[in-house]
Amino acid sequence: MITFRYDKTLDGLLTAVFDAYSRRTFPDVLLGTDDDVPLFAGEIHTVMSDTEKSTRVWNGLERKASQGFCDMLLHVWLSELPGADELLLKYIVKTFADVAGATMNHADDDVRRIRQIALKVSRERLHVIQFVRFQKAADGIYFAPAAPLYNVLPLTIPHFCDRFADQMWLAYDIRRRYGYFYDMKKAVEVTLENDENLLDGKLDESIMAEDEKLFQQAWKDYTKALTIKERLNPRLQRQNMPARFWKYMPEKNR
Amino acid sequence: MTEQTLEKLKILAESAKYDVSCASSGVSRKNRPGTIGSAAGWGICHSFTEDGRCVALLKIMLTNHCIYDCAYCINRRSNDIPRATLSVTEVTDMTIEFYRRNYIEGLFLSSGVVRNPDYTMERIARIAKDLRNVHHYNGYIHLKSIPGASRELVNEAGLYADRLSVNVEIPTEANLRMLAPEKDYQSIYKPMFYIQEGVMASADERKRFRHAPRFAPAGQSTQMIVGATNENDKDILRLATTLYQRPSMKRVYYSGYIHVNSYDNRLPALNQSPLKRENRLYQADWLMRFYGFRFDEIADDSSPNLDLEIDPKLAWALRHPEVFPVDVNKADYALLLRVPGIGVKSAQLIVSSRKFGRITSDTLTKMGAVMKKAKYFIVCGELSAHTIHETGEEFVRRVLTDKKPSKKMPDKRQLTLNFTD
Repeated sequence: MITFRYDKTLDGLLTAVFDAYSRRTFPDVLLGTDDDVPLFAGEIHTVMSDTEKSTRVWNGLERKASQGFCDMLLHVWLSELPGADELLLKYIVKTFADVAGATMNHADDDVRRIRQIALKVSRERLHVIQFVRFQKAADGIYFAPAAPLYNVLPLTIPHFCDRFADQMWLAYDIRRRYGYFYDMKKAVEVTLENDENLLDGKLDESIMAEDEKLFQQAWKDYTKALTIKERLNPRLQRQNMPARFWKYMPEKNR
Repeated sequence: MTEQTLEKLKILAESAKYDVSCASSGVSRKNRPGTIGSAAGWGICHSFTEDGRCVALLKIMLTNHCIYDCAYCINRRSNDIPRATLSVTEVTDMTIEFYRRNYIEGLFLSSGVVRNPDYTMERIARIAKDLRNVHHYNGYIHLKSIPGASRELVNEAGLYADRLSVNVEIPTEANLRMLAPEKDYQSIYKPMFYIQEGVMASADERKRFRHAPRFAPAGQSTQMIVGATNENDKDILRLATTLYQRPSMKRVYYSGYIHVNSYDNRLPALNQSPLKRENRLYQADWLMRFYGFRFDEIADDSSPNLDLEIDPKLAWALRHPEVFPVDVNKADYALLLRVPGIGVKSAQLIVSSRKFGRITSDTLTKMGAVMKKAKYFIVCGELSAHTIHETGEEFVRRVLTDKKPSKKMPDKRQLTLNFTD
């Protein structure tokens, strides 16, 4: 069993593809640098992440397949699901090898699994765009907490940059403890050192803008008034708006 | 924003909630530097109320005062309900503030008719104009065109709005006259026609001048109340078809009648709004728009009302067993779409995948086809041939009928003991 160890980054994974081709051995198992080695590991190769190699692989993919296809691979990577990396590597090799229908044959198990994972991730991305709420702080910066299932925050940033172009905001992934700060020009990735006070997703009232509370109340009352009592269907509501997002939504909370 | 505005917001949301449309799709607009907002072509729902309906837009009435007395409407002048009117700045400020917090995708503004249609329409258009020109807002705006509004004002509104809508409400004119004596079809179809003309003229202009202004780029929509009058589903679908044939008509909504004015005896006394019927109509609507069905295939003279027990596509298949079984490895896309259990998505996947190998029932399941339904209508080489011809229509119908055991009905086998405290 051929085993590759890499640092669990996308660069590392793409370098692993590069190494597989240059060594002419294709791994059966991918392990992180700190993972325990299985008992009968056989040959082990440690991949040293190299941006030059990974860029070559990525460019090769872009030449070989469409932009939408490369986006799909990126979605699968951001799912952070166990086994997604092995699937990706297998699939990238398949694409380079020009296996018939490697991208379009939905009867193929790998193609379908890749598409399913990508679909899940893009749904989660859409959920974040739909249900993230911005809270205005006293200094005029809007704070948007999120705790998505998959690591989709980077995928939503272009949308928020385009939409909220004339306000400063901080979109923060509470589960993974990093975020993006937008200063009306561009969004940069930030990790806050002391983010403990932000982790419950609510701005403290002392740093909240003065009318923020009123707008949250207004929105809550508005959605309540909009409900038609004769048609109550809480199951449909849950189906459309998963309960895991409710924690940070004023209409469902506080 | 003050407490007073909050109170008005509640009253006017209460009045606006019976309008079904909340779509924010149909137009893409990028942000321009220094302005707020953008529009996403696919539409984004930002919340869902407890009745499961989406909230994409700030759906609100400018005022719920109304000079009309339509029997089906909560805001009719003879109703004793709290009335309120919002000012222009109140609406624009609220829209912008909600928008900045990602609560909404845009504004859906409607209004009761005050003084006369033109006066009302002018105020609605004025708000859209302020949002675009004063607040530099690029988000979605849906305006209601007031029945009887003049061409100039509809044209003005179309320049700032993304979508305009006029509600048909009642599917035949005779019934409309009965329930809404102040309205007639003229007053509804005229603004609809103005919108259509505006959209087409602007499309034509933009072919020649790239920066010619867009006119209601997301087209128009309308709404019909279902169950308030005696029209059957065939009448409703026929009207919907003629409406969809108009170039700018994007959506027809169906709204199950809710008995809001129970004192008015021109209306049927329904305990429960006809939700199942509404659902079946939407299914039929989808069949007409995405599956290539004609309205008279879905509801014909022998069965003018949709079957409430099974969906319209299955009902059609059961009436036309001669079309089936369909061979999924050979049939063309249009025929695949006619198979119950195979939707647009799975039909596309089948067509793109069968170049590389045979489609089996196993792969069909994995592609997302509903084999529970589809198995009676297809052959795919290896499946044992228990199609609709072998089992008979009655059997398929019985097996596939939606039956949900009612939770409220107690299990009859269980003895209940009456304890008294």
